Amino acid sequence: MEKSTVFNNRLLPYLLLLPQLVITVVFFYWPASQAIWQSFLREDAFGLVSEYVGLENYQALFAQPEYYRSMLTTVIFSTLVAALSLSIALLFATQADKNLKAASAYKTLMIWPYAVAPAVAGVLWFFMFQPSLGMLARPLRGMGLDWNPLLNENHAMMLVVMASVWKQISYNFLFFLAGLQSIPKSVIEAGAIDGAGPMRRFWTIIFPLLSPTTFFLLVVNVVYVFFDTFGIIDAVTGGGPAGATTTMVYKVYADGRLGGDLGGSAAQSVVLMVIVIALTAIQFRYVERKVQY
Amino acid sequence: MAFRQFGAAAAVSAALALTTPAHAVTEIQWWHAMTGGNNDIVNKLAEEFNASQSDYKVVPSYKGSYPDTMNAGIAAFRAGNAPHIMQVFEVGTATMMSAKGAIKPVYQLMKDAGEPFDPKAYLPTITGYYSTSKGDMLSFPFNSSSMVMWINKDELKKAGVTEIPKTWPEVFAAAKKLKAAGHDTCGFSNAWAPWAHIEQFSAWHNVPIGTKANGLDGFDTELKFNSPLHVKHLQNLVDLQKDKTYDYGGRTNTNEARFGSGECAIFLTSSGYYATAKGTAKFDFTSAPMPYYPDVAGAPQNSIIGGASLWVMGGKKPEEYKGVAKFFAFLSDTSRQAKLHQESGYLPITKAAYEKSIKDGFYEKNPTLQTPLKELTNKEPTENSRGLRFGNMVQMRDIWSEEIEAALAGKKSAKEALDAAVSRGNAMLRAFEKTAK
Repeated sequence: MEKSTVFNNRLLPYLLLLPQLVITVVFFYWPASQAIWQSFLREDAFGLVSEYVGLENYQALFAQPEYYRSMLTTVIFSTLVAALSLSIALLFATQADKNLKAASAYKTLMIWPYAVAPAVAGVLWFFMFQPSLGMLARPLRGMGLDWNPLLNENHAMMLVVMASVWKQISYNFLFFLAGLQSIPKSVIEAGAIDGAGPMRRFWTIIFPLLSPTTFFLLVVNVVYVFFDTFGIIDAVTGGGPAGATTTMVYKVYADGRLGGDLGGSAAQSVVLMVIVIALTAIQFRYVERKVQY
Repeated sequence: MAFRQFGAAAAVSAALALTTPAHAVTEIQWWHAMTGGNNDIVNKLAEEFNASQSDYKVVPSYKGSYPDTMNAGIAAFRAGNAPHIMQVFEVGTATMMSAKGAIKPVYQLMKDAGEPFDPKAYLPTITGYYSTSKGDMLSFPFNSSSMVMWINKDELKKAGVTEIPKTWPEVFAAAKKLKAAGHDTCGFSNAWAPWAHIEQFSAWHNVPIGTKANGLDGFDTELKFNSPLHVKHLQNLVDLQKDKTYDYGGRTNTNEARFGSGECAIFLTSSGYYATAKGTAKFDFTSAPMPYYPDVAGAPQNSIIGGASLWVMGGKKPEEYKGVAKFFAFLSDTSRQAKLHQESGYLPITKAAYEKSIKDGFYEKNPTLQTPLKELTNKEPTENSRGLRFGNMVQMRDIWSEEIEAALAGKKSAKEALDAAVSRGNAMLRAFEKTAK
């Protein structure tokens, strides 16, 4: 049976929805519509001259080979970050869910990195792996590995992926742990009595029951890698070397804020917005079917 | 007890408030990007100015890095509450210049306010960067520096390099010796890659970075730094990068620490590195002029400046502009300029302050601080060495860096990389030209 409440007052439901609607309009619809409008304009940085140019910003954007490259970089970067941060967090959560001494201390430590601002996390990793001074880079070089994120594209990509994953594990860990704890113990015990080993219990009982959490985190993580990682990239590599870590969102930041090209930057955010909306729609349409609530 | 103290403090402040002169003090907001010792200098300058008169009060506020400060100023302008004075780094010059209604040119400001102002009193290589082609000064140079070659004398001696290298071939030879003597991760390096290998390199060899006097004479400029000389130089770096005789030091100055730690014994970076070098380097160091290729006719020419200048924002009250003008006159004072230069290591902006420092015998004790001045005044500036002014310069440098990195990583040849840097840069210049009409 559907749970529903009947409102006698016609205004009340709208009134209750109002705060959320206001927030959505002010912080999402309004800026998003501004970005769409701005993507059709050509403006100088100060907003003194503003000229309607139609689709010219989009044409210029899709004529840049660097833009397609940043799309590819985004695919690689986001796949790596989302896959790694989800799987590592799940591993940690299952381990922390066991009966451990000082479990709450582990849990607290696991959550800490989430409190670190992206740019700070970036600087931290940058210093640890700075080729000649970093405390982790020196042993790497000592072992004969020519660690050089300043010129080697793979090293630079590894570095931003590590920093972004490290930052996101806490968040995923928190939700996975909560998800794990809400799985009734009786179900797992029943499986154990029927003779299912720990791995079998995990894949056939726990993982499916965890699917709502996993699905939620997948959506959140995709949004995270697409939008929230530019601070890390800016601090660690500045999009380099030779554009190897310039993702789409970093390019929005670089062109708009550093370059003062607001029209082009707005056009890129619109493209990015369309991609993320499409991705989220796909996730809800196809992945959610497999979710068991 | 605490309450009694509070009461006393309140009484004192009330009394102070009553004795404050009745006429209103005009506040002048100054947004800047100076940290550490330089931040102290900014605050001290404001304090001294405020103490020297009672009509105006300069209020400095730190707004973050150079790009942050500039963006904060632009955002504030768009919101209608820009500061009076904004410190903008040299690469933001074209953007500020093209914003005609947003700024108040300094020459105009001084004329309107009736403050004594002689553009010829300033060092031309410094003011040229911030002036129109007619010589009208648009912004007020504040902290200027140039690029020099920092030398670890102890390590050079150990490696058997007896003389400080003057030319690029000599630098390459010295770097090979250093590498053989144990510097196997870095023979020589530099900070600010595009500034070093494109901008300063071109001016120092008297070859154009772009047409129209490197953009100073108009926004319809085109980049030209893919000449055979540039290609040859980049190719040399690419070859030396393979065994780390040269090791790329990144786009910004984060790798300056490699000089201070002794890893790189030859390092090209800003003359403004002096204060940090003095604080961190535990060895005998000095600065030398940038190297050049001896087979290039006329090299070395003169270097160009880096650093920042103060822009006056538009749309303020005449009374406030008068205060800003007074403040600039205060900053230009010879003994104050000389002192500022000698304390901070920044270049003096007036000829008189430079001459006073020579007369004071300052450079005999501090020869490293004269190196950038010798570079800047080495020869009468030409079309290729007056300065440069390209729109979207912040991003342009990133593009140039990307291409230099691609060449050094072996993804492109030196020629391909420079051709790409030029054509991508030109596309940006055309986009800028359209907005800067």
